[in-house]
Parts: sequence; C-alpha cells; structure tokens
Amino acid sequence: MNRFLLPLSIFIVVVVFLGIGLKLNPREIPSPLVGKAAPDFSQPQLFEPAKVFSPADMKGKVWLLNFWASWCSGCKTEHPVLMDLAKSGEVPIYGMDYKDQRDEAMTWLSRWGNPYPVVGVDDAGRVGINYGVYGVPETYVIDKQGVIQYKQIGPLDPETVEKKIIPLVKQLEAQ
Amino acid sequence: MNIQWIALIVVLFLSGPVWAGEARPLADDPASEARLKHLAVELRCLVCQNQTLADSNAPLAEDLRREVREMIAKNMSDQEIIEFLTARYGDFVLYRPPLKATTTLLWVGPFLLVIVGATALIITLRRRAGKVVDVPVTEDEHRRVEQLLTEGGKRP
Repeated sequence: MNRFLLPLSIFIVVVVFLGIGLKLNPREIPSPLVGKAAPDFSQPQLFEPAKVFSPADMKGKVWLLNFWASWCSGCKTEHPVLMDLAKSGEVPIYGMDYKDQRDEAMTWLSRWGNPYPVVGVDDAGRVGINYGVYGVPETYVIDKQGVIQYKQIGPLDPETVEKKIIPLVKQLEAQ
Repeated sequence: MNIQWIALIVVLFLSGPVWAGEARPLADDPASEARLKHLAVELRCLVCQNQTLADSNAPLAEDLRREVREMIAKNMSDQEIIEFLTARYGDFVLYRPPLKATTTLLWVGPFLLVIVGATALIITLRRRAGKVVDVPVTEDEHRRVEQLLTEGGKRP
C-alpha cells in the first residue's frame, strides 16, 4: 500500500499543476495599471480632427475606453457586443482607434455602426503603449476619479459584459 | 501518415528561410544601437511571447523599439527604461523576472525540487543499506559452495 501511495500522490500533484497550467491563458498578462490612474492623453478625434479627446473630459463619470482598429478581426467579433452595451445605456464606451487609417476607420464605423460617442485617434500607438495595450481589442473600465478598475484583454463577450462589466460599473457608479 | 501530410511538412521546412526575415536595424547611431540591442534582448515581445523585443517583427515590438530608442536619446538610464516598460506591461516584459513575493516559487522552486529529490534519494539508499544483513555461513554450506565451484555445479 505504502509503496503506491507516494508515487500516486506525486502523480496527483503533477496532474493538478498541469491542469492549472492548461487553464491559464498565456495571452492574458495581468496589467500593472489596474488600480492606477488612467494615463493622460490628448488625441485628435476621429470625426472632428480639430477637436481633442482627453480622459480629463471624463472626470466624474464611469466609462469604458475601448482600443480598436478597422484591421483587427477580434474587433469585428466584439462589435455587436459593444453596440448592445451602448444601446443599453449602462455605460458610455469611448473608442481609441489604434494604429489605423482614418478613412478606413470611418468606413468601418459607418458600415457596422458606431457605439462610441467620441473616438480618439492613436495613429502612432503611443497611447496604446501608455495603457499597456499589446493586442486590440482591449477595454478599460475607468472610474469617476479616473482610476483604471478593470482591463479586458481581447474581445468582450456578452457573458463578460453581464457578469463583470455591468456589475462593476454599477458598483463604481454607487461610489 | 498520408502523402498530403508529408508534402505539407516538406513545404513548411523548405519555406522556413523565406519568412524568417531579419529584424530591421535598430538605430542609426552605433552607440545607441548597441544600447538598444543590449536592452532589447532582455525584453520580451508581448505579441509573440517567445521572442525578444530585438528579434520580433511584430508592429508592437517595432513601436516599443522606437519608444526605447527615444528614451535612449533622452539619456535615460537602463533602469528608468525598464521601469517605464514594467509600469505598463508588468514583469512579464522582463526575461529575467525580479525576485519578489509573487515570483518566489519561480526562483526557489527548482532548488526546492533538488532538495526534495536528494533527500528522497538519501532516505531510499539508507533504507536499502539497512536491509542488507550479514548471514553467517555454516560449515556445511561452506563445503557445498567449495564443491559447487570445483565441480561446476554438477548435481550430486
């Protein structure tokens, strides 16, 4: 009995570790920015390039900042979810057009619909670097004080919106 | 394995050198290029995670090299540049993660395994040594051994 107990327990420990390893997504790197102030920027707007979009305009509101691009396939997958969320009026979603062509971005939005009240343009990807973006789409939940409370890496899906984003937004609104 | 698979593998092997392009030269000034290279091999590209920032052709890696190049031009120290990147992307950008509470297992784990393994080995060897006991040989057995050795094991 004892002869088998030790190898068996080692085997179980190894299986548990491998199991945990399988469930981890190597593409989801925890962001050091959660809990920190959202980096400031001042970017021209997509539809009105003469105007700027800055997080300072959003002080006192809970909002989402969504990095997207017309060349990004994950953004197309995510798009209906953003449209539904925008329609529900739960939380405003502001866009950041990441390393994109202005005309292509505008065509994309007129073709698929525009969930954003304002879209900023980050053509050089510098705002993206300041936010630790390494693959669009990425979405940040920012609270009334301008602090990042959550980062979604990859497309938002209806389940994440319902179970994470909306409860978090409600909780932040109540503060 | 059918012929299509073999063909696919052959094609993949042959096409390797075609897509494995060199990363573009990093900076014009040789001194800052050397510094950038020195830094970039320590930093991980976040898009293709097993490549360094120096090796990667991903657009983000190009942007980050540009960012690092600008910081070098501003005379920032290596430590300041690394802090800039870890503040945004976390310790994951570093190929040598720092020793802190969250990385203890990573750093101590291998030594722990060696200690556990060595202890198990020593215990097993000791136990086995204890099991080998000297058995006294009687006169009769001794004679029998002599007999077997000289007669080549013939049955009496």
